[in-house]
Amino acid sequence: MRIASRQHFEEAVAAARDRREARTRDIWVCCGTGCLANGSAAVAEAFRSRIEAEGLQTGLGVYTKTTGCHGFCQRGPLVVIQPEGILYTRVQARDVPEILEKTIGRGEVVERLLYRDPNTRTPVARYEEIPFYRHQTRIAMRNIGRLDPGDLDDALALGAYGGLVRALFEKTPEEVIEEVRKAGLRGRGGAGFSTARKWAAARKARGDRKFVLCNGDEGDPGAFKDRSILEGDPHSVLEGMIIGAYAVGAHEGYIYVRDEYPLAVVHVQKAIEDARERGLLGRDILGSGFDFDLRVSRGGGAFVCGESSALMRSIEGKVGEPRAKYIHASDRGLFDLPTVLNNVETWADVGAILTHGGEWFAAYGTAKSRGTKAFSLVGKVKNTGLIELPMGESLRRIIFDIGGGILKDRPFKAVQTGGPSGGCLPADRLDLPVDYEVLTENGSMMGSGGMIVMDDRTCMVDVARYFLKFLSEESCGKCVPCREGLRQMLHIFDDLCEGRGRPGDIERIERLARGMQLGSLCELGKSAPNPVLSTLRYFRDEYEAHIDRKACPAGICRTLTTYRIIEDPCTGCHQCTKVCPVEAIEGRPRQKHRILPEKCISCGSCYDVCPENCIEFLPRGGREEAIHGHADH
Amino acid sequence: MATLTIDGRRVEAPAGTFLLQACRQAGVSVPTLCDHPAVEPYGGCRLCVVDVTRPEWDGWRKMVVSCLYPVEDGLIVDTRSDRVIETRRVVLDLLLARSPRTPLIQRLAREYGIERTSYEPNPEPTDCILCGLCVRICDRLGHSAIGTADRGAGRVVAPPFHEPPEACVGCLACAEICPTGFIRFESGPDRRRIWNRDFEMVRCPRCGRAHVTKAQAAWYARRMGWPEAEFEVCDSCRRRDMAATTVRLGEGPTGNAAS
Ligand SMILES: Cc1cc2nc3c(=O)[nH]c(=O)nc-3n(C[C@H](O)[C@H](O)[C@H](O)COP(=O)(O)O)c2cc1C
Ligand code: SF4
Ligand code: FES
Repeated sequence: MRIASRQHFEEAVAAARDRREARTRDIWVCCGTGCLANGSAAVAEAFRSRIEAEGLQTGLGVYTKTTGCHGFCQRGPLVVIQPEGILYTRVQARDVPEILEKTIGRGEVVERLLYRDPNTRTPVARYEEIPFYRHQTRIAMRNIGRLDPGDLDDALALGAYGGLVRALFEKTPEEVIEEVRKAGLRGRGGAGFSTARKWAAARKARGDRKFVLCNGDEGDPGAFKDRSILEGDPHSVLEGMIIGAYAVGAHEGYIYVRDEYPLAVVHVQKAIEDARERGLLGRDILGSGFDFDLRVSRGGGAFVCGESSALMRSIEGKVGEPRAKYIHASDRGLFDLPTVLNNVETWADVGAILTHGGEWFAAYGTAKSRGTKAFSLVGKVKNTGLIELPMGESLRRIIFDIGGGILKDRPFKAVQTGGPSGGCLPADRLDLPVDYEVLTENGSMMGSGGMIVMDDRTCMVDVARYFLKFLSEESCGKCVPCREGLRQMLHIFDDLCEGRGRPGDIERIERLARGMQLGSLCELGKSAPNPVLSTLRYFRDEYEAHIDRKACPAGICRTLTTYRIIEDPCTGCHQCTKVCPVEAIEGRPRQKHRILPEKCISCGSCYDVCPENCIEFLPRGGREEAIHGHADH
Repeated sequence: MATLTIDGRRVEAPAGTFLLQACRQAGVSVPTLCDHPAVEPYGGCRLCVVDVTRPEWDGWRKMVVSCLYPVEDGLIVDTRSDRVIETRRVVLDLLLARSPRTPLIQRLAREYGIERTSYEPNPEPTDCILCGLCVRICDRLGHSAIGTADRGAGRVVAPPFHEPPEACVGCLACAEICPTGFIRFESGPDRRRIWNRDFEMVRCPRCGRAHVTKAQAAWYARRMGWPEAEFEVCDSCRRRDMAATTVRLGEGPTGNAAS
């Protein structure tokens, strides 16, 4: 039913809360994209049918709820039993009867399904005690995992649209902007521009037709925070956008979602329909007299479409290509009309800011980077996933406390932050507080919050090459420095990694990087040299080794590396022969093995599995001493 | 009118115009490859970069493309700063690697002291520098028969799906605007061929010259809502007609020239 006044809204919230609280037992089954891929739909279905068959819902008030992503996809499918807050990991449909019988029936914990600390192996029962969650503070993702994204009442019960009500009924548009300014909110999608300043400019812009847009393109490989927010709590984004629209005086908005995120598209669409039906979107929102409506625009999935001007062209139905201009979107954006574009996470923060106040938000974080920030933590860490924590926490805390440290306890080498055009930070920067300024000063950036952790089995020249390759494929090709510059830069890196490096290459790289930074049309090309320059800054010796000695110190660049088994400790355990993709290792069981150089493709698989650390790598040709073996590193 | 300083000279420029025009009016030469008066500025070649600053900007400078930066009162423009020259050099060096045999690029590169590219020359040299002029003029004329396909270094100018473009009328505007002569066509008295499509020619009923394609005449006719035959007469014959009409009009109904 349509909610037509503030009082009516409060009543609807109270009713939703009562319903939520009437459930004595709630079984939350994560149905984010990660858990779904691991079979969580079947788990949810098993709970539903079993609860139904046993009459548990009517009898005992036991409910099943499918939620958005809990961020810990690596351990999925995840199931949380409320109110105890017990977290079960890697749950399959066949585990359902046991959970119902023991946990729901007798209040016992099913120990084999508990999360185990990767370092101590001790099981941890409660959600909040798991280090992965314990160190987090969630604002943008405040309700993800706790609510059914398809159930507006569930969202209302958890406070959704409370910020909107305060904005519409207690504040003028200027006061809303002031609240966001007090919060110190900066864009979560890239450059960290002040959200309040952007809004104020659009508010001032002349014209009655204005737009607010949500950037849900999220094309960085490995990043999934925006997708998770759109899937897991679409109402938080809607609420932020309605508040933003009220602040700038816009009556139309678009949520731009990439087509490869079908679940996000479906959830957002449903949220919009539900909100419209309840009077949270459309004419005269909640009886306040303010009109605003939203549409979904589906993006074709090019990385560059996330760039502001390209995204607007794409919504207009044109080719999604950046446009050079020196007029801000707040004056001339979508259809050349005043427009505010914000990232998904930025929008999700807005509702919380209006609910709790700008000062509350600003109390988190550092002097210039307020609040919390979501990160996708991936790579060689024990716990990977989606996290949110206050700005200013150290990289060490993120990687070692939340991430649980490096896989197999190998040495940490670098962390790449900021997406494909971010930079790599080495071990001596681990204690840096993570905020916009600090990351930029150190040659990286916040970007959208990607974090890729790398161990010692990583060649930094090869890493730079990887990002260059991605960017060269994603460059739209409109302007010369980016299109031709990336092509040539990649060429130089191919040469370095394949033993054709020449003296003077470093200088050529630096000169080209500067030309691209200065000359490119959009931020893609301008920031494309970051992965190169940051690795050059911190790992110059690796570049020199590739050029001067044709050696890859990490043993990753295949053309530059050969592998050999040190006979002494080899026990003939056969592990290496099992992983070698080309059968290049010979040896009988329990006898010393040998790598056949003519067959070996230097992939290093054997090196990574050998339990005796008896494989070493050498520069191709093998005349020099081993660069390093396992044992003494 | 805005008053600005370009390379130390005070220049007046009409509001709403861009720095590039102001520079040229002031006699300051700025290299360009993607700019053309017939189409909107594009900002793709990046050769027209200049440094801008304002006294009140506290020494802070910004490098911008002059073809798109609007003139502003009080702006100080430096078209020859070190980083401007260096950026143009990198761009030309890169273009020379892409199009090592293209005279236009060779000449511009030489002006900036580059005889040979310092990068890896294109194994398949091309004359297309992707300035986008052809695509923009075709759009401007309302056909949008060609566009760009693929991204990054693989970007090419092509008709949709690389097939003979249906929207093409064979007007040759793309080939004429192309600064390097990359776009090939054949045009004879009966046929014209461009983008792998053949067009029948229309001969002017007065002089017999094959001056438009049938598709072109039909397109103009549809667009203007006039009979197709109107467009069969070639421009020069039409001008001659027009002149005759003007003379007649000038002579007035009595046949005497008005004084
Ligand atoms: C190549 C490129 C890709 C981008 N991709 C995204 C994206 O996927 N999501 C996003 O929010 N911002 C992206 N941005 C940044 C946007 O241009 C824009 O700054 C941002 O959406 C503004 O929102 P914010 O102020 O809330 O961060 C991208 C920028 C560039 C140059
Ligand atoms: S910098 Fe790259 S992505 Fe941006 S306009 Fe230029 S070619 Fe396109
Ligand atoms: S003329 Fe090409 S970018 Fe300005």
